[in-house]
Amino acid sequence: MSASPAAKQAPRVFALVGNPNCGKSTLFNALTGLRQKVSNYPGVTVERREGTAIGQHGEAIRLLDLPGAYSLNPQSPDEEILRDVLLGRRADTPRPDAVICVIDATNVERHFYLASQVLELGLPTILVLNMTDIAEAHHIRIDPEQLAVRLNVPVIPMRAHQRKGLPELRIAMSRADLPPSNHQVPLPEEVHGLLEKSSTADANLARHAALYLPGAARDQLDRNQEWEDRLIAARYEAIREICEGSVEKQAEPGHRTRTDKLDAVFLHPVLGWGILLAVLGSLFMLVFSGAELPMQGIDWIFSQLSDLARAHLPEGDLTDLLVDGVIAGLNGVIIFLPQILILFFFIGLMEDTGYLSRVAFLLDRFMSRVGLHGRSFIPLLSAYACAVPAIMSTRTIENPKDRLVTILVAPFASCTARLPVYMLMIATLIPNEQASSSSKALLLLGMYVLGTLGILGFAWLFNKVLKRSVSAPGLMELPTYKAPSLRAVLVQMWERSRLFVRRAGTVILGISILLWAANTYPKSPGADPATQAENSFAGRLGHAIEPVIAPLGYDWRIGVGIVASFAAREVFVSAMAISFRVEESDDEDDTITRLRDQLWLAKNDAGKALFTPLTCLSIMVFYVFALQCASTVAVVRRETNSWRWPIFQFAYMTATAYLAALLVYQGGRLLGYV
Amino acid sequence: MIAQDAAPLTQVPVGSTARIDRYLSADPALRRFRELGMLPGTLIKVVRRAPLGDPIEVAVGASLLSIRGEQASLIAVSLISEADPTAE
Repeated sequence: MSASPAAKQAPRVFALVGNPNCGKSTLFNALTGLRQKVSNYPGVTVERREGTAIGQHGEAIRLLDLPGAYSLNPQSPDEEILRDVLLGRRADTPRPDAVICVIDATNVERHFYLASQVLELGLPTILVLNMTDIAEAHHIRIDPEQLAVRLNVPVIPMRAHQRKGLPELRIAMSRADLPPSNHQVPLPEEVHGLLEKSSTADANLARHAALYLPGAARDQLDRNQEWEDRLIAARYEAIREICEGSVEKQAEPGHRTRTDKLDAVFLHPVLGWGILLAVLGSLFMLVFSGAELPMQGIDWIFSQLSDLARAHLPEGDLTDLLVDGVIAGLNGVIIFLPQILILFFFIGLMEDTGYLSRVAFLLDRFMSRVGLHGRSFIPLLSAYACAVPAIMSTRTIENPKDRLVTILVAPFASCTARLPVYMLMIATLIPNEQASSSSKALLLLGMYVLGTLGILGFAWLFNKVLKRSVSAPGLMELPTYKAPSLRAVLVQMWERSRLFVRRAGTVILGISILLWAANTYPKSPGADPATQAENSFAGRLGHAIEPVIAPLGYDWRIGVGIVASFAAREVFVSAMAISFRVEESDDEDDTITRLRDQLWLAKNDAGKALFTPLTCLSIMVFYVFALQCASTVAVVRRETNSWRWPIFQFAYMTATAYLAALLVYQGGRLLGYV
Repeated sequence: MIAQDAAPLTQVPVGSTARIDRYLSADPALRRFRELGMLPGTLIKVVRRAPLGDPIEVAVGASLLSIRGEQASLIAVSLISEADPTAE
């Protein structure tokens, strides 16, 4: 960028850095309000959060909320972003003019490790001591003035949750003479020698490039394994000197903190499980059935909207596009919001209080058997309601590989959209309504078991196949418990919903319109809906894939259903209703009963019954494994920040579904069933 | 203080305090343990074991860390003191 006069007046850029759970996001929200922009750093799955803060004199300040990190020496993509932005090595983000470093006042020494590295950068820095109220309760005395003198930077006590300390921070941010720190940890001998050779103008930058960037300097250093341990020890020694006399713990031995007391309950071998069951049970029930009423409400509003459009617009293609394409597509986007909001309310609350890490601690052993982390449990559980919010919630999984594997396997969970397909097929498969309700239930349960086996099996497989980045998967911090901030939870719910509608929603809408067109064109004037469906692009595609799906026991009409239901699985039922000439009624059970009667009569080309028990079973198994959901594809694209993974996922899940259905149908025939 | 022979962290009874002796692997993934304050010479306390037996929870300074057995077995420690019977 050239130094034009306009650039001189451009707002200053502050970076907000700190360890995970230091209250950084709360502070970011407090400083920026809703003036935030969330996007992705190009090429990686790390979220980029930027906002505008208002300084003491009303001036705008750009604030970058950098990912939480424990060290500038990265072990995850998040931490790499922090390092690269602070060293000014990302083309998409300016090097910050100044840094706000947040430290948890209850754990100063540990949090000072990253702060010490950041201070060495020589950028003007403000240290924020967050959660001073909890520190006081822990009998920790901190002298901010003394720290400020020792480090030569402003030190501001803060309670971000209660917005205490914000004015002081704003004043400091507006200072034109914000000093760079003079803090430097003595480097081990061998590192010293190496640095003298480098001759970059900015000595601090050169030092950090050598210490934290992969390359010649590090390669040379790494021949001596112990230099880094000595540097870590020297840093902690320097931190101890700084804290000497300015940070004092006055708690008597045996003092139990609030976290100790709460953990005695929440991690209790008996009580802990009970609480976990209650929390996860209510989470699941609310996402599963609590969202039902608002979802019906959304459907109702959109059907009113459709009626209104139909009543006031002339008949024709444009109206059809508006009603069946756009309005139906928007309905298909908005319909996910209740589940997303409910899930992120729970997750926000659990994350904010610190309970989410306890859930992971309790369930880690269970999940590690298939190579996953305890943090994968809640996303996978939520996937039984709907994969879309579930995949969005995988961002609570720190390890990138665990996160990817969880995203890849989550859609195997039998979500609510599969239920209408299962119900129709079970009704067709088991004719007797009263006598065999238990076998119906058993069959349904079997589908859930099958999907769960898919999750566990493929998680295990992907864990073996995919490479893990350098990180210790078995290490997780259990943060201190905090009172949740409703504001933070609400901001997160709002942000997730907005991102979903803007990023995934547009893709879902596009695919919906495309599928509507495929089901509508070319038109067959005067033909009945069944013939129209057969002649449409989707119908032709159904015909075209008939040779491929014939070994599964399907004919082209089922093929049309599969093609049409890529928009959403439940569309299979209405596609069948059109193909087999059944008027859909508002009562779903009634539709299924009448459709079932028609399916019994349906014959294949050879004149034999089409929906044999084996074909029904084959269809159900296909729907257990297939990624028949455009919305999931769209949300995976958003969460992995590329088309690579959603395309791979669609391919491997469809292949699995095909093979499983083939096994059922052909295996069944070999065993003598028809 | 009765320092006993070095043993992997996995074998330290719940409630006991131990001193970190050394790491049994040069795997760079273990660097994070040291960056979080688990340097050789540091005292740590095994707070509890997860109900399913793994991971364990360890107190280091003011931090509480959950560590899987896989990694804990790579950390050699000396037992400093047994569980305090008066605490619970």
